[in-house]
Amino acid sequence: MVSQSSNNVANASSELALQTENLKVFYGSNLAVRDVTLDIQKNRVVAFIGPSGCGKSTVLRCFNRMNDLIPSARVEGKITFHGTDLHAPSVDPVQLRRRIGMVFQKPNPFPKSIYENIAFGARINGYTGDMDELVEQSLRKAAIWDEVKDKLQESGLALSGGQQQRLCIARAIAIAPEVILMDEPCSALDPISTLRVEELIHELKQQYTIVIVTHNMQQASRVSDCTAFYNAEATETGNKVGYLVEYDETTTIFHNPAEKETQDYVSGRFG
Amino acid sequence: MTVDLPSTNTDLWKPNRVLNRRIETSVKVLFGAFAFVSVATTIGIVFTLIFETFEFFLDDFFREKLAEQVGRPIEGLWGDIQTFLYSLRHFLTDTKWTPLFSSAQFGIFVLISATVMTSGIAVLVALPLGLLSAICLSEYATLRTRSILKPILEILAGVPTVVYGYFALLFVTPLLQNFIPVQGFNALSAGIVLGIMITPMVASLSEDAIFAVPRSLRDGAYALGATKRETIISVVLPAALSGIVSSLILAISRAIGETMIVTLAAGQNPRLGFNPTVPVMTMTAFIVQVSLGDTPAGSLAYKTIYAVGMTLFLITLVLNIFSFWFVRRFREKYE
Amino acid sequence: MTTRDPQTLEQNVSPNPDNFSANLDKRYTIDIIFAIAVWTAVVIAIIVLASLLIDVAIDGLPTLDWGFLSNFPSRKPEQAGMKSAIFGSIWMMVTVAVVAFPLGVGAGIFLEEFAADTWFAKLIEININNLAGVPSIIYGLLGLMVFVRLLEPITGGRSLLSGALTESLLILPIIIVATREALRAVPDSLRQAGFALGATRWQVVREQVFPIAIPGILTGMILALSRAIGETAPLITIGALTFISFLPENLQSPFTVMPIQIYNWVSRPQTEFHDIAASGIIVLMVMLLVMNACAIFLRNKFQRRF
Repeated sequence: MVSQSSNNVANASSELALQTENLKVFYGSNLAVRDVTLDIQKNRVVAFIGPSGCGKSTVLRCFNRMNDLIPSARVEGKITFHGTDLHAPSVDPVQLRRRIGMVFQKPNPFPKSIYENIAFGARINGYTGDMDELVEQSLRKAAIWDEVKDKLQESGLALSGGQQQRLCIARAIAIAPEVILMDEPCSALDPISTLRVEELIHELKQQYTIVIVTHNMQQASRVSDCTAFYNAEATETGNKVGYLVEYDETTTIFHNPAEKETQDYVSGRFG
Repeated sequence: MTVDLPSTNTDLWKPNRVLNRRIETSVKVLFGAFAFVSVATTIGIVFTLIFETFEFFLDDFFREKLAEQVGRPIEGLWGDIQTFLYSLRHFLTDTKWTPLFSSAQFGIFVLISATVMTSGIAVLVALPLGLLSAICLSEYATLRTRSILKPILEILAGVPTVVYGYFALLFVTPLLQNFIPVQGFNALSAGIVLGIMITPMVASLSEDAIFAVPRSLRDGAYALGATKRETIISVVLPAALSGIVSSLILAISRAIGETMIVTLAAGQNPRLGFNPTVPVMTMTAFIVQVSLGDTPAGSLAYKTIYAVGMTLFLITLVLNIFSFWFVRRFREKYE
Repeated sequence: MTTRDPQTLEQNVSPNPDNFSANLDKRYTIDIIFAIAVWTAVVIAIIVLASLLIDVAIDGLPTLDWGFLSNFPSRKPEQAGMKSAIFGSIWMMVTVAVVAFPLGVGAGIFLEEFAADTWFAKLIEININNLAGVPSIIYGLLGLMVFVRLLEPITGGRSLLSGALTESLLILPIIIVATREALRAVPDSLRQAGFALGATRWQVVREQVFPIAIPGILTGMILALSRAIGETAPLITIGALTFISFLPENLQSPFTVMPIQIYNWVSRPQTEFHDIAASGIIVLMVMLLVMNACAIFLRNKFQRRF
């Protein structure tokens, strides 16, 4: 059921950014997600939706190999980034993360000045251009420049939650990634801040490929071009295993899904 | 058949409310008084030190010396003030510490220089050793390794200081003598062992601070393409800075106040300067020296240990206040 | 789907003209150096502890025998023993426990159960933090003034009692903190249940809370006592004599304790005395080890989870 629907969006002619094939993630001996096969095209916004525990964040963290940091995590199957296997020996996770940025669920600015928050990533990655300009550009792109331009030396922690999250987005785009992964970026924000971040996502999509995990279905329908719906099932041992149910254009998922599970979920009948 | 529930029979219930209330009050007052003992300790320390320190500065020894200098007797309240200023000036500016000689001199900086030197060496040992151990325990060691390493640090922290003194004098000094010309008593080996003594303190308190840095900050750094070391040095350590600094300051004040190691290994020779290879005398070593001798209460030497104790107390107090201030100023609040 | 050579990944796909030169080799090299430094620090700590223990064992074990434990100190190293110091330490420990336990536990109960969140509790908390930074020798100066001189009629001057009172003040903050932590670990629902039955606060504390907290309090108490057993400086300051060839008869007797006896032997020039100092250290360390083992045993045996 997965294989057919998952590649519906690949018909479009534009270039593929990320691809997974039969992706499986284990924590220790427990399978967390199975059989995820999907293609993500360049410069599109892809939303991952589904009930909690369905592994959507786990899949997201595979794209920049954040799961490497969890000693017990193990990834099977294939993920490619522009055709290159992410787990090939020649791919270095540190280098990869420079090109695939990430924004987290809770705003996590470093306990440094606003300026340093942006400059940090650029500096460690050997940025050779004009740092002041990069900081300004990134803050502008993240639509927060006007609010912070007079207090660049103040701590990033002094900002409000919504501002902190936009600072984190600015921080992510400062190192010129191609893909930005967003793990429920608005779940800790109030509605107004959420709206601003969503507007920002719309603008960023001109330049970046964005994968966003959300359990707010309205948000998915507002910001994304394509949507992947994940669900979870319990195994005999009581563990939850997530799997990809359906992946298609967002309008299709929300209005004319192929699977009944999806239909039930998006119409609010469960989850 | 109906049974009378006991509760309906009010005659069976005779709680002694008055007695209970009295017991409650007396327990509260008694335990409150116990709690006050810790405050009384502080008050006692401060008053004892202030009282005997004044006695020291107003001692007849200084009064007579001053009288000799100006050629007339020093009397009255004005005379007290003059004596105080005279002795304070000598206390702070003399370059010799010879309180037990007939021509006594009381240059406290002679003792302070030795204390600063031994504590400084201790910090040079304990800061890298303690901080790196803390990083190892919280970031590099697996849970299993950590559960073996932590008790080792705890054992090191529980070794009595007299044992460290033995170690400094009879193990480290002979060891050092194989490489550098140090004398039998020297500030270097005392300082090194002092550093070993405070290392567990730096390590365990710093580890608490490092451990408290939320995982999301580390993830944020990794997601920007930072390596493990870059994450630790640029993000984790700055985030834990206030805890690390306060652990270090606490450790420094422990080193400054430490007695047995410096008494046994650094020697008993008051000497101004910062040569770590020769015997010196720290503030605490002086207090021990006088205490071991038969010094009658009220004598000048007896008062001197309180003046030295006061100096020691003030230095550690300033460090404590600085540490409080630093933590308040630089602590980051995470959810 | 096209499969590209991994090596071309960097050049082909970068959307921006790149200003980044990641210099990964150098960064990873520094990472490895850093990891080595971090592990070296831990290894050094282990080596130091090992060499300390081995050094003491080599020097001290040969002279450690029954005679060493049962003889009084002597000017001749081969006849010198620790009897008076061991007994002095035991007397000291018991006296400190008798004085400090009720004081510290009472204070802890007061602060946690009767006066939580009052200005008085805050004052004492700040005060205890400050006392933690006060060098132990300063407590000795306090003891010398208050217990040895002012209270001489009661304490008998430079006596066991003066020493024990001084050490009690020194470890009081440790016991208070341990008591408060142990009480805080008792779930509030137990207290509520007691109050709901009409018990007064003291009845609740005595009957419900305290029995549950007691293992934690005892653990803290033993750790505090092991600190007191190892302390030397404050006792030297109040003038504990180092050559005592008799056992303490009462609390007003002059006394010596193990660390002071060890200090005395280490500070002598003859190597023979250094060796028996090492023997003394073994005795002291074994005693501390036993106490700590008791503390760990208590903690594990009575640890309850709510």
